[in-house]
Amino acid sequence: MKFGVIVFPGSNCDLDSYHLVRDVLKKEVEYIHYTEKRVGRRDVIILPGGFTYGDYLRSGAIARFSPVMNAVAEFADKGGLVLGICNGFQVLTEAGLLPGALCRNHHLQFRCEQVFVRVDNNSLPFTLSASLGKVLEMPVAHGDGSYYAPPELLEELKANDQIVFRYTDQNGDVTPQANPNGSLENIAGVCNRAGNVVGLMPHPERAGEKVLGSRHGLIIFKSIISYLTGREVVRNV
Amino acid sequence: MSDQDLHRTLGLTDHEYKLITEQMGREPNEVELNMYSVMWSEHCSYKHSRSALKLFPTNSPRVIQGPGENAGVVDIGDGWAAVFKIESHNHPSAIEPHQGAATGVGGILRDIYTMGAQPVAFLNSLRFGNLDTPRGRYLFDGVVGGIGGYGNCVGIPTVAGEVYFEPCYEGNPLVNAMCVGIMPTDQLVLGKASGEGNLVVLVGALTGRDGIHGVTFASEELSEESEEKRPAVQVGDPFVGKLLMDATLEAIGKKLVAGVQDFGGAGLTCALTETASRAGTGIEVDLDQVPLREEDMHPFEILTSESQERMLLIVEPDKLKAVEEVFGRWDLKPAVIGKVVSGEMVTARYQGEVVASVPAASVAGGAPEYSPKSKEPAYFRELANYDPLNMPLPENYGEVMLKLLAAPDIASKEWVWRRYDYMVRTCTLEGPGGDSAVIRIRETGKALAMSVDGNGRHTYLDPYRGGMMAVAEATRNLSCSGAEPIGITDCLNFGNPEKPEIYWQFSQAVKGMAEACRVLNVPVVGGNVSFYNEVQGEAIYPTPVVGAVGLLKDPDKKCTTALRRDGDHLFLLGPQEVSLGGSQYLKSWCGKVSGSLAEVDLEAERDVQDLIRDLINADLVQSAHDLSDGGLAVALAESCLSGRIGAQVNLAPSDYLPLALFGEGPSRVLFSVAPEDADRVSQLIMEAKVESSKIGIVKGDALIISHCDDIILKLEVSAMQAAYEEVFSCIME
Repeated sequence: MKFGVIVFPGSNCDLDSYHLVRDVLKKEVEYIHYTEKRVGRRDVIILPGGFTYGDYLRSGAIARFSPVMNAVAEFADKGGLVLGICNGFQVLTEAGLLPGALCRNHHLQFRCEQVFVRVDNNSLPFTLSASLGKVLEMPVAHGDGSYYAPPELLEELKANDQIVFRYTDQNGDVTPQANPNGSLENIAGVCNRAGNVVGLMPHPERAGEKVLGSRHGLIIFKSIISYLTGREVVRNV
Repeated sequence: MSDQDLHRTLGLTDHEYKLITEQMGREPNEVELNMYSVMWSEHCSYKHSRSALKLFPTNSPRVIQGPGENAGVVDIGDGWAAVFKIESHNHPSAIEPHQGAATGVGGILRDIYTMGAQPVAFLNSLRFGNLDTPRGRYLFDGVVGGIGGYGNCVGIPTVAGEVYFEPCYEGNPLVNAMCVGIMPTDQLVLGKASGEGNLVVLVGALTGRDGIHGVTFASEELSEESEEKRPAVQVGDPFVGKLLMDATLEAIGKKLVAGVQDFGGAGLTCALTETASRAGTGIEVDLDQVPLREEDMHPFEILTSESQERMLLIVEPDKLKAVEEVFGRWDLKPAVIGKVVSGEMVTARYQGEVVASVPAASVAGGAPEYSPKSKEPAYFRELANYDPLNMPLPENYGEVMLKLLAAPDIASKEWVWRRYDYMVRTCTLEGPGGDSAVIRIRETGKALAMSVDGNGRHTYLDPYRGGMMAVAEATRNLSCSGAEPIGITDCLNFGNPEKPEIYWQFSQAVKGMAEACRVLNVPVVGGNVSFYNEVQGEAIYPTPVVGAVGLLKDPDKKCTTALRRDGDHLFLLGPQEVSLGGSQYLKSWCGKVSGSLAEVDLEAERDVQDLIRDLINADLVQSAHDLSDGGLAVALAESCLSGRIGAQVNLAPSDYLPLALFGEGPSRVLFSVAPEDADRVSQLIMEAKVESSKIGIVKGDALIISHCDDIILKLEVSAMQAAYEEVFSCIME
């Protein structure tokens, strides 16, 4: 089982994903430089958080043109698992691999804090180890995390069960107070139609060790591992 | 303009001009004079502070590099070292708070990785005027936004800090940024231009007109004309900063560079003359090779520009290609601008002509050392004679407590630190909000504790004791987390040292700090002096800020301020002598900054710190919190708040309850102990001969303080929380 972590200019959570996969999950992982035209033989590609190209212009808007993104699109097209965290989520929406857009937080400030998110779709490779409605405690750290989709798209996302995570309170209730950034309907993460590409603003890779405050993020990685176990498909993109 | 007028305009005195001509053996030309002007500014030359700074102990068995380089380096075992430094960016932040603060963070970041260390944490110490004016709120909001904007983007967590508000900082806020890094000790690189024939390489952002004479601007008082100096404020680009950091560290790790120096104050002039003088070499540069952002820049502008995100590398010719490859991976293009030569002259050519040829050591280190006149200010004795015990007694101590908890100096700073990414790199074991932050070191299994402290009010009332207390408190914060203090870096913020009263404050404070460092056995390994913090002739409180770093051998043993379990015993450790002079109570409840400070017994301080550390490392302590602003009562409240649990406390008999509750003094620690460990702890305290008393227990969901069987204060933790939190959200939003 091979993980790859893409490193764009300005990525800064690449280390955190790499460390979690290697040292906590004990799985094979390598960095993939943004100039690569291929992602090689991988099972999972992670687009990490950070400030690609300084988030100048618009978060993720420049990184999507990196050479490696064509390979990521092809990898996703062939059914490979792609996980975008924070800035990685923004890059995936900009690249059209995930629906919707991430706008400036409604309070216009960067916000770093622990939040709760509820698993609203547990049939994905990324969530199958969680029960439906499971509440996970994870940190957010972003300035542009307010999820938006136009009304028709939102209906489509609901119809296709593409809303994967919502910000809730500790009990799993969707409330305005639980929404850290003004996201539409408290949406914290979505998937593509096929369910093999997921993006979320919270940081599961920062919630993988007890000493860091929460281990709830592990459920996402453990889902991936249990999904892949026994069905590793060697893709070479 | 004659030369004489020019040197005055550039901030040099006639005496200094004469010295320059002597050291050069001739009159400097205009370009050369500009180079001298920036390097002989107070900011770069420390001409008014150098003699006093010699008092600081700078050595210990752990010190690998003391003051004089870009940052201090301290051995932390296992072949690794901690690298840290604090620096001010006060004047730029007064004019343009967002960029001023952002470039302060960017500058201190470069100081750390220039040495070969991976930065792992930022800290900051901030001072503002009151927040009741739009300008005050604008500066506060802008500075916090700037610190976050840079730190968050470069991906280094901002893990600790302090913020205080006093009218004296209204026009001259303080923005002190600290960075801590780690590295294998054998990766240390110094800022030396060694090796004749080696290439002098500039890499990073283009050179523009921003920040020209920024250091000269930083070395004079602020006035109504300061707004016009906005162009002297640099603009930061954290994105390029991040690429430059990663690529530079990779080049250093691959042993591709012989020397590294960042561009900070005084730009190219500083980088060239400092690297040459440290190595005892000369440098020849061709200014036409410097990649420029703007056309038609004058040679002196190229030499003194403080454009951010630039590094100077000294590279052996046969390694240039490899260096280009490393930086090229991030689209950075190193430019060869010159070479190391024999001799001791830094020579700059422009369009084929020599435009400057200066002796490196003279520019970098030839500035005179002044011994300014010192005079005790009139206010000192007057305020010291004030007796706070004459103030009428409050009717309701609960009300006093809630007022103190809601005072911006004490209230929760979450509004500030939630705008900083304090978790990136997933090494933050303790983030902001406690006594000290704790960062794990993946490579060695140990951890670093860090804290930044300073109390301008205390130092104003008694610079000598205030200086001692700054060192004592910063190191005590580390000890309360279980860490052993291994070094400090200091940022000395004062007014105009040419005024004898200000220099008296400065020299007294330095004396006190040095004394504390000696007794507590903690070396000063680097720092920064910021003078001329004055507006219209009115100086700030003398504000020495101490950044302290400690080593936690077993991170699992780290201790926090949070009370934990019902029934735990509460101990108060340390001398009982306290004072209301300069206290938060006197300021927030009585509206006064006056009185004298409690005596500082440094031996007692050392014993208290040693003991609490030993107790923590013997697994006997459930929580520990140092007593500072607001005294025992506020420390109790804070410990209840972070643990979300109540406490019941009995005060020792006292004639004046505000003193017992809110009096402040050094060397005191509040800690809690499991009932089964209480006897053992009492015994160890007795053996250590440290003053201590058992003052109560952890219990329920209210803080109840009694005195001679009367309950004098009873507050639900939720009520304290309501007062303590949301203070800044209400003021700022």
